[in-house]
Amino acid sequence: MSQNVIEVIDLSKQYRLGQVGTTTLSDDLTRWWYKLKGKEDPFLKVGEENDRSTKGESNYVWALKDLNFSVKKGEVLGIVGNNGAGKSTLLKILSRTTSPTTGLYRIKGRVASLLEVGTGFHPDLTGRENVFLNGAILGMTKAEIKTNFDEIVAFSGVERYIDTPVKRYSSGMYVRLAFAVAAHLNPDILIVDEVLAVGDLDFQKKCLGKMKAVSNQGRTVLFVSHNLSAVKSLCSQVAFIDKGKLAEIGDTEKIINSYLNNNQQDSSLRRLFNEENEFENEEFKLLEYWVLPSNGRENIFVDSPLKIGFKFRIKKQLFSFYTGVHVNDLYEECAFITTEIPGPIGEGDYESSFEIPSHFLNDRTYVIDAYFVKNGNDIVMVAKKLIKFEVNDVQRLEGQFMGEYIGSVRPKLNWKTTKINT
Amino acid sequence: MAYENKNNDYWDIVVQPKSTFFQFDFKELWAYRDLILLMVKRDLTAVYKQTILGPLWMFIQPIFITIIYNFTFQQAKLSTDHIPSILFYLVGQTFWVFFADCLTKTSNTFISNAAVFGKVYFPRLVMPISIAISNFVKLGIQISLLAVFYFYYLITTDDLQPHWIFFPAILFFILLLCGFGLSLGILFSSVTTKYRDFNFLITFAVQLFMFLSCVIFPATMFSGTKQFVVLCNPVAGALEAIKYVLTGHGTYSVTLLLINSLITILFLILSVIMFNRTEKSFMDTV
Repeated sequence: MSQNVIEVIDLSKQYRLGQVGTTTLSDDLTRWWYKLKGKEDPFLKVGEENDRSTKGESNYVWALKDLNFSVKKGEVLGIVGNNGAGKSTLLKILSRTTSPTTGLYRIKGRVASLLEVGTGFHPDLTGRENVFLNGAILGMTKAEIKTNFDEIVAFSGVERYIDTPVKRYSSGMYVRLAFAVAAHLNPDILIVDEVLAVGDLDFQKKCLGKMKAVSNQGRTVLFVSHNLSAVKSLCSQVAFIDKGKLAEIGDTEKIINSYLNNNQQDSSLRRLFNEENEFENEEFKLLEYWVLPSNGRENIFVDSPLKIGFKFRIKKQLFSFYTGVHVNDLYEECAFITTEIPGPIGEGDYESSFEIPSHFLNDRTYVIDAYFVKNGNDIVMVAKKLIKFEVNDVQRLEGQFMGEYIGSVRPKLNWKTTKINT
Repeated sequence: MAYENKNNDYWDIVVQPKSTFFQFDFKELWAYRDLILLMVKRDLTAVYKQTILGPLWMFIQPIFITIIYNFTFQQAKLSTDHIPSILFYLVGQTFWVFFADCLTKTSNTFISNAAVFGKVYFPRLVMPISIAISNFVKLGIQISLLAVFYFYYLITTDDLQPHWIFFPAILFFILLLCGFGLSLGILFSSVTTKYRDFNFLITFAVQLFMFLSCVIFPATMFSGTKQFVVLCNPVAGALEAIKYVLTGHGTYSVTLLLINSLITILFLILSVIMFNRTEKSFMDTV
């Protein structure tokens, strides 16, 4: 049982940035010249760590650098990390669609990779023909597909359209059929990349259930997802990849926590303004703002109540004044507006704050515009995109919806189900 | 080896950046034979979906081309080497299209399958091989059309003096055409993944190549060294040889047979090497 079925040794992958094919000829020639002289590839020495947000010096970047880990038989390994950390690159290498730059890995058993559902579906062929074609692409033999065919069709729930070309399918039907084929692969090692994000609730449950069943049969699963609750409920081990390096690997609970902590926002959740700042005029001066989860945690979660407040100086007495905020999402769509009740205000320093209750915000990034207004609608000061903060998802209960919650907010409302007949 | 395998475990897959220069894993390819067959089926059926005439197009195409060739090149009084002109053009066209299909359809293997190759691993040679097999099927169907015309002329005229004992050799020349076409196609597909310039080259290169390959004229149009050079091209050689076997009119020799085979084998080896090099990392450059 505790035999290693995947071993990854010093695995690295280098990518060249920018447009490939236009300026690489000179690099190719240099490389070829070094090879001719029997020297090491000069470009392997350069290259920087994989950090998507900072502009680098070199044209070469290490998407993965010196990865070492092993996976035991029957283990379900979750792989987490931020966008661009190298998760997908790792899966691509392990499923042999691209090769590593240095290092090696070895695998025991048959591997099936599900980096996408419906790979190789031909729009003009019928569902039936595509099941065979897709199954064969994924590594099944014709006989295997034949024996599983009825089950595949039943699992997909598109019996009725099985002899219709798949180009006439709705996108949901297409995905269902495609996943059904994939779900009936019987590999020793299954590599899955975020395929759960597709399909409706009912289908997602089916997929999760199928993946659980696969792991219960003692098969090994590698699973990449941003959906931490799915990772938590499925995986026994988690590898956290950060900037192309393996930051940590170990028990699910522990690694997910360190991943969340690593993911801390910059310190702009609280900011004290210097003497001079752009949010000052003859009537008003912004002194400070803060966004604080009030249950003492460092990160903001869906279940954290949030205290948001401003400290400002009023330089002239105003007859009627109020503070208000627009809470927007990243696409600058306003999620909601909240304001205080206007009232007269004298010279001096003030604090105004409000609290967003827990279980109100959704798990996404919000951007706050602050408005300071007098006399109904005269703007004293507006600070657009003043605060940006991210809300993290909490662990969801098993059996709950595992997909993405859409909508700007996710309020927990007072739901009740009662029996009305006796 | 930098990484010693300490415990003598058996690993099914060991992946390292640098692998052997020339490798042809027939066992793996055999394991994917069902995929090859399904790909052939897809290639043959998918193109005729939503058509009324369906596979009949396989006959209509050569007939129309032959009619047009016959009309224009007979006006131009191009020699057909004592072979009835219709038969001459039909033979040339049938085998030329087979070669050209082997070349052009494999020449975009990597680019047109990038989406699939990027997501799933299977031996990449499955694609060119399945294309070759579907071309064989298509050729088989078109040869039946050719046979009808051939026997018509054989019975009604006495222009044809077939060399019956050499008939099995036709299969060899078909293989030669296929091998040469595939190797050129694979070479093109390997270089186009990185440098798309070759995409522009291939469309007109194939067109021009036809005029060098004894498709619309016989080799007897040339003489001496010129004729020899023209026939060194395996396509021209194979076409002349096939015509020689079928009709007794054609220019071929054992020397040419050796040269043509040698060129084809060299190109095949070169193409497998290039293909191996490309398939490892083409996803990063495509």
